[in-house]
Amino acid sequence: MAQSEDIGGVAAEPSASLDWPKALRDAGLLALFTLGLSFPILAFRTRQDLTQGLVLDPRWGLVATVVAIAFFARLGWLVFGGALTRGAAAGAARVSRALAPVKPYAWIFRYIVLALLAAYPFLAVLFTGTGGALKWIDNFGIQILIYVMLGWGLNIVVGLAGLLDLGYVAFYAVGAYSTALLSTHFGFSFWICLPLAGIFAAFWGIMLGFPVLRLRGDYLAIVTLAFGEIIRLVIINWVELTNGASGISGIPRPTFFGLPFNASDEGFAAFFGLQFTPLHRLFFLFYLILALALLTNWVTVRLRRLPIGRAWEALREDEIACRSLGIDTVITKLTAFSIGAMFGGFAGAFFAARLGFISPKSFEFMESAVILSIVVLGGMGSQIGVAIAAIVMIGGTELLRELTWLKAVFGPSFDPTQYRMLLFGMAMVAMMVWRPRGLISNREPSIVLHEKRAIGGDMVKEGHG
Amino acid sequence: MSVSSGDAPAGVKPPILQVEHLTMRFGGLVAVNDLSFDVARGDITALIGPNGAGKTTVFNCITGFYKPTAGRIALYRGATPKPGTLDALTNSPRRFATGDDGGIFLLERMGDSEITARAKVARTFQNIRLFTGMTVLENLMVAQHNWLNRASGYSFLGLAGAKSFRDAEAQAVDIAVQWLDRIGLKGRADDPAGALPYGDQRRLEIARAMCTGPVLLCLDEPAAGLNPRESAELNEFLMSIRSGNGTSLLLIEHDMSVVMEISDHIVVLEYGTKISDGTPQFIQNDPKVIAAYLGVEDDEVDEAETELEK
Amino acid sequence: MDYFLQQLVNGLTLGSVYGLIAIGYTMVYGIIGMINFAHGDVFMLSVFIALIVFVLISSLVGGLAIALALIIVLVCAMALTALWSWAIERVAYRPLRGSFRLAPLISAIGMSIFLVNFVQLVQGPRNKSLPPIMDGGFVIPVGSGNITLAYKQILIILTTAVLLAAFWFVVQKTSLGRAQRACEQDRKMASLLGIDVDRTISLTFVMGAALAAVAGVLFMVQYGVVNFSDGFVPGIKAFTAAVLGGIGSLPGAVIGGLLIGLIEVFWSAYFSIDYKDVAAFSILAVTLIFMPSGLLGKPDVEKV
Repeated sequence: MAQSEDIGGVAAEPSASLDWPKALRDAGLLALFTLGLSFPILAFRTRQDLTQGLVLDPRWGLVATVVAIAFFARLGWLVFGGALTRGAAAGAARVSRALAPVKPYAWIFRYIVLALLAAYPFLAVLFTGTGGALKWIDNFGIQILIYVMLGWGLNIVVGLAGLLDLGYVAFYAVGAYSTALLSTHFGFSFWICLPLAGIFAAFWGIMLGFPVLRLRGDYLAIVTLAFGEIIRLVIINWVELTNGASGISGIPRPTFFGLPFNASDEGFAAFFGLQFTPLHRLFFLFYLILALALLTNWVTVRLRRLPIGRAWEALREDEIACRSLGIDTVITKLTAFSIGAMFGGFAGAFFAARLGFISPKSFEFMESAVILSIVVLGGMGSQIGVAIAAIVMIGGTELLRELTWLKAVFGPSFDPTQYRMLLFGMAMVAMMVWRPRGLISNREPSIVLHEKRAIGGDMVKEGHG
Repeated sequence: MSVSSGDAPAGVKPPILQVEHLTMRFGGLVAVNDLSFDVARGDITALIGPNGAGKTTVFNCITGFYKPTAGRIALYRGATPKPGTLDALTNSPRRFATGDDGGIFLLERMGDSEITARAKVARTFQNIRLFTGMTVLENLMVAQHNWLNRASGYSFLGLAGAKSFRDAEAQAVDIAVQWLDRIGLKGRADDPAGALPYGDQRRLEIARAMCTGPVLLCLDEPAAGLNPRESAELNEFLMSIRSGNGTSLLLIEHDMSVVMEISDHIVVLEYGTKISDGTPQFIQNDPKVIAAYLGVEDDEVDEAETELEK
Repeated sequence: MDYFLQQLVNGLTLGSVYGLIAIGYTMVYGIIGMINFAHGDVFMLSVFIALIVFVLISSLVGGLAIALALIIVLVCAMALTALWSWAIERVAYRPLRGSFRLAPLISAIGMSIFLVNFVQLVQGPRNKSLPPIMDGGFVIPVGSGNITLAYKQILIILTTAVLLAAFWFVVQKTSLGRAQRACEQDRKMASLLGIDVDRTISLTFVMGAALAAVAGVLFMVQYGVVNFSDGFVPGIKAFTAAVLGGIGSLPGAVIGGLLIGLIEVFWSAYFSIDYKDVAAFSILAVTLIFMPSGLLGKPDVEKV
């Protein structure tokens, strides 16, 4: 596992005709190297015995397997790698071209996607039945859409304004906790909590943004990370308000204009004369998050074509030039930061109401890293790229849960979900090495005089952080 | 929008910018030392001097990128103010005083973007700073951000798609297109700025600065890297900015063909100190300037000076 | 008074660990201007390596003198962690050199996620604890009470001091150190002058990781328990130390580490143990906002 990403990293020089002794030596070296890396950490598994002493279980078989995989993978790479890289590069170029924002019939494509999204829950029921649809709508549909929305929200901050924010999950947490607290303490309904959550998150965005936005690139990233962690730690420690690490439960679910989704006579099903099924709520939640995500997209696309959006992108390109043109960079950054935060807050409100329970566990740094990687992998600034990245990253890791047939291969103790985050981390590294500018690196101009043409990613600057 | 209110009568040239006793220190290093000079309204003023003389530092002080250690930098917009107003403003804690017919701005008290936005001083950079990933047109639209953003109702009207904003945007595009015509880049409006050849990028940066509607345009080595033909075109372009838009120009330049041909007034710096100040003819014959450029020993300068005095 | 002195000793011990990790951050930042986000997890990995090697040695050669065992553990942990760090640089950072500016940071975050989950997977999610390794200490009467100067605390402070001195010598006096400083100033020029820049950067990662491994061994001796998630918070605190001391400055990293250690210990001793991490993160934020060049760093003049 550790080794699979070594492949192709070590001395990858393509050669026309294969030099076998050299290739064997190369692969042998990597195998030796792998052995060195696996020596204690993989070769011995530590286990606490009954007397609480530490004992080691040797696993040399595993080490041998891994070393052999490394050897043959390297050899295979040396033999077929060149063709593979070329094929992958061509494929990526094709994908990028196909998804290039400037296409004559892009609008047809857009309507097809929208129609598919609208039909998705019904299709899920149609193909997988009521039982299977629960999973497909909830785990895939709603879960992915939450991350699409968060990715789009963060895209305003990172992709457009070029401000690297590693603490975005804090605004998600502010939205979720304000919804939870307002509804459990004051009995506010979801529809009142939703806008308030956005406002609170935007307010926090301004509060935190004001002191830090003069910092440059990676320092900004670390300060936002620190703020994100501070908010999480305060939530954990301020037990009287937030119930600490055990979280808040019993958050009222969203209602359909006052109609709750339950089996009662006042419920949604009874009102419309339908048979009660938990699917109704899921359908409703799906369309709700779909609407929220599309709202985020609509606002972002509109803002991009307004002076403020152009100023964000200019800021990402060159902050000093912006200042020389009379643009107030602090205000401009704050608007990006707080609008991004606001959408994070909306998503948080939805998250709290969806499960009816929240705890600080959901707002760890890893969440920020996941959202950021979605933005970066998608191609910073590209709305459709972010959506695709969210589908691939979240859908892909969710899909791992489904790979139960692997148990047949690796034995019953094999649990594919354990590899979820491992693969996620590896994918982040591999994506950066393969396509550092993300899936879609082209930029669409915000205003056109004669003819719309996409701008190649090599021209576009990524901002100062 | 891009036309300033330069209404000084011909022949009389009141200052638009007064730099007095400007000093800038970085730690122990004195980059600019007690520098004073005026930029007259409607003039092209050149700031010249050997490398490291502190010219760019002076620019950075004027445009607010550096806070000067000491000194006063006053900018006058519109009608010449009554005597005494400048001192009154200096003694007050305020940064500027504006009236119906113009105003006085103490640039040393103002921040960089504020100087461009309020005092209407625009600048370009020695190493061109275009938004390379944005189109040529977008570059010129960003330069009109402040009034366009107001016209978009701070984005609220714009989000709603109000007609008043669409009209304002069309007007901004018109202004941008006018400038693109003048620099001959209209055909490339939708190309990324980074794809333009060097000479075009220089001109685009000047056009972008002009789109902020400045009364004073500061150019940091506009002719650097240009070939003789491009330099000649640049001269014409700068002259047309002065005559057509009534914008005063202050430029740093090493290319003497540009400096001598278009400048009305030259200030010479060496080691952060002013060594000469006058018309191009006067500067060309000033032994101190010749010494600074050719590296003559100090005593020879003294000799030359005594020669001249005889 | 005795309580205060006791906390002072504890703070210096913890601070030594932070300082050793901080050097890795500061050197890498100095040479390639990147926050090596995975460094805290490299530290965590080194604790695991040290733990396993220690158990292995004690089970193979029973009755080995503890000092000798610890020296072997130290050498093994330094070598193996350095190997890991070399590989990480080679796989995740070197291909990105000269690319898009955010790419190495994202790649480092990916690496950090990978390391955490890799260790969790191969070693299990539970805490791993050792019986106390080095008990006892000097008890020094101070005023009305006593302070305990544990042997392991002396060991930690001494080891840190000796290794820092050796390290300082390498960076200041050898050609490797000179190459590093040259790369820091101008990588392109350094390579034109015949310095192997890739090798110099690799060695920087190796040295940073070796010092993190020292911190790992000391951590094992002092606390005797480790978990796969133990890299993140010490990593952030060590990064805070590097920033506080002035990023790019080696003595700054050590001073910063000691200060963070002291602040953390005194905060827990006199205020609230619940909020000790909040305190550390707040110091990070406040330092970056108000004193971004740190205590010993060079001020950063904006080039226009």
